Amino acid sequence: MTDDIILCGVGGQGTILASKLLASAAMGRDLPVKTAETIGMAQRGGSVLSHVRIGEGAASPLIGTRRASLIIAFEPAEAVRQLAFLRPGGTVVVSDRPIVPASALVGGPAYDVEAVMAYLRKRVERLVVVDADAAARDLGSAKCLNVVLLGAAVRSGALMLTADDIAEAIRRLVPERFQDLNARALAYAR
Amino acid sequence: MHTEFLMGNEAIALGALAAGVNVVAGYPGTPSTEVLETVAKRKGGQTYVEWSVNEKAAMEVAAGAAYAGARTLVTMKQVGLNVASDPLMSLAYIGVKGGMVVLVADDPGPISSQTEQDTRTFAQYSKLPCFDPSGVADAYAMIQDAFKLSERIGSPVLLRPTTRVDHGYESIKVADQDEWRVHQPEGFVKDPSRWVIFPRLSVVNHAKIEARNAQLSETLSDSRDNFVLPGAGEAARVGIATHGISYQYVRENLDEANHPSVLRVGTPFPFPERKAVQFLEGLDEVLCVEELDPVIERALIAVCGKFGLSTKIRGKLTGDIQPSGENTVESVGKAIACFLGSEPAAEVAPAEADPAPQLPVRPPVLCAGCPHRASFYAVKKAMGKRKTIYCGDIGCYTLGNAAPLDMVDTCLCMGAGINIAQGVFRVEPDTTCFAFVGDSTFFASGITGVVNAFYNQANLTLVVLDNSTTAMTGHQPHPGTGRTMMGEVVQKVSIEAVLRAIGLTTVETVNPLDHKHAVETVRRVADEPGVKAIIFKSPCVVLARPQSSSRVDATACIGCQRCIHELGCPALSLKGGKATIDETQCSGCTLCEQVCPVGAISGGERL
Repeated sequence: MTDDIILCGVGGQGTILASKLLASAAMGRDLPVKTAETIGMAQRGGSVLSHVRIGEGAASPLIGTRRASLIIAFEPAEAVRQLAFLRPGGTVVVSDRPIVPASALVGGPAYDVEAVMAYLRKRVERLVVVDADAAARDLGSAKCLNVVLLGAAVRSGALMLTADDIAEAIRRLVPERFQDLNARALAYAR
Repeated sequence: MHTEFLMGNEAIALGALAAGVNVVAGYPGTPSTEVLETVAKRKGGQTYVEWSVNEKAAMEVAAGAAYAGARTLVTMKQVGLNVASDPLMSLAYIGVKGGMVVLVADDPGPISSQTEQDTRTFAQYSKLPCFDPSGVADAYAMIQDAFKLSERIGSPVLLRPTTRVDHGYESIKVADQDEWRVHQPEGFVKDPSRWVIFPRLSVVNHAKIEARNAQLSETLSDSRDNFVLPGAGEAARVGIATHGISYQYVRENLDEANHPSVLRVGTPFPFPERKAVQFLEGLDEVLCVEELDPVIERALIAVCGKFGLSTKIRGKLTGDIQPSGENTVESVGKAIACFLGSEPAAEVAPAEADPAPQLPVRPPVLCAGCPHRASFYAVKKAMGKRKTIYCGDIGCYTLGNAAPLDMVDTCLCMGAGINIAQGVFRVEPDTTCFAFVGDSTFFASGITGVVNAFYNQANLTLVVLDNSTTAMTGHQPHPGTGRTMMGEVVQKVSIEAVLRAIGLTTVETVNPLDHKHAVETVRRVADEPGVKAIIFKSPCVVLARPQSSSRVDATACIGCQRCIHELGCPALSLKGGKATIDETQCSGCTLCEQVCPVGAISGGERL
């Protein structure tokens, strides 16, 4: 039995810290964990993808298509881009705040965020939408979106991990001065 | 022993430290970089570590130390091995005294490389033993095996993880620091018959190498790195031979009660022949699941021919496995299903009536505030409609090729741009030739190109993009930074002084973020004869972390979108017909402020 989690977003959004928090939380529970990250050129504003596999029986650090139990998407278009990973009945937690690449403004494919969100609502039965702007306003920072999304993922019931497991991981991995903000972000629900 | 959650590259570094490595040298390159960085972070007093100026230098430093009996590790990515192959090919004949492991990270995909070359093939070509790990724990064990083997046979040994092993994480058991082996180098012992390569020595050593490799094929057949998972059920009459991360993809796709027997080849060269014969016995067919070259497939075909076996070998050469690119859990699953004659799990195609919406593309871009954007833009503006060629090079600045800058016409390999520009000049003397090179690339392999251009009377403008770091691979120091991996603060090597020493009389150092001055300088310098240089000096924005941010005065903005269309900065976008700036990305470089025709943008502070 494994939790097979895809985290996706845009380089610089904090997907790597989120995957490290999940891994640390799993290790805190003595669960085996394997992860894989996008590192290198793709980080410069490109689409980024982390795979996190928690529990016994994972051979590959990478998850196959239609095998992910949960997708945590930091950005709507990235959720659609990685939707092929979702297993039937799987959960998607998505931030609704789009990041429009320069390419969409200088002649590349356009980005219609309404159409993207509508598609997600139609295709994903278990969809949790996080209002990123409201969270940033209420928490006073846009920099803890990753932990807000982890909190939403825990509450969705799609993880073996509890909020306490992740709170402990935050205490282990996040610098002291950001602990309070991240603790509030984890508990944030609107 | 204790448990740690480690990246493959970190595990390789800790494995080397546990094996008592004395000297570690390398040149940064994705996906290999974190090995040397982890050595620097975790090492004890017995280890020396350096970022060398390039892979050839690193290889030679490690070889010299190994001549003196030290255990040495040299790290690079696969294209770095091309740079280091001159010393390595000869070193294969000369050998070493202390154990020497050459870590070469391959990059199927390729995800961040120019080529999909396979270091297992290089191992065959150079006749050097090679280890090929399938995961983090495996890599940790293998590098220790590699040191032992290297020292036993007196030869460098290759370890070639791929990106998914380098950048995969697992929680694994590793030795505590007080359990690390202590290796005391004996010192260099003079012996010209051993250390000085001559044709008569090479012919003798070549024969020894061939005999040794035949012997190694035999002993490696008993190695824990080459093993067979017995098959189960009816499918056990066929087999799968695999390696590296593909072994894990195979495991993900095995039906526990009914699956082929699986040969995992951990030492592709010398190939464990006897092990392969045992595996093939009684099998009708074998599918070789490999990434990059069909190394195992060809070896098994050879084994069948040599021993008169009738097993049919399938894989890339029979079209059963994709010939190029990265394997995945599903590509391997499909190949196995076809091989076993069963249907792969039905793909659920998105309903025709419900197509996915168009998605924006996200090619990697120069960061907001990146000084390279300002440098490219200055040259672009200065040259206007003139006939030009912009030869680029390897680094973040390769991204200057993207629209709207479109300022990289060529990119080949480290340091090539300067010589490519010379070649174009020889054919098209009326073209104004530019060569862009980063500071780290200049030291790695740019200098010889400048000497060549200057001495051979070329006419070109060298543009050094000096951001005082090796940015693309994560900010490693180089000779221009004045820091070493041992933590020393040392005298910097001045790029300007190097260029003047070569003989260039025009070497201008300019802040590219001072747009008007930068454009004027480019115009003036480009018109001078011969080889001349502009050094655009401004620190990498990721390191400098400037705190200011520019803002658009929406009442003043006329919505001309010049800032957006000229610069392609990721912090700039359009909102309600006016330019707007994402403050979380903006670093206040002021380039857009200088480009705005009506002065509607302000608030930044130029570094």
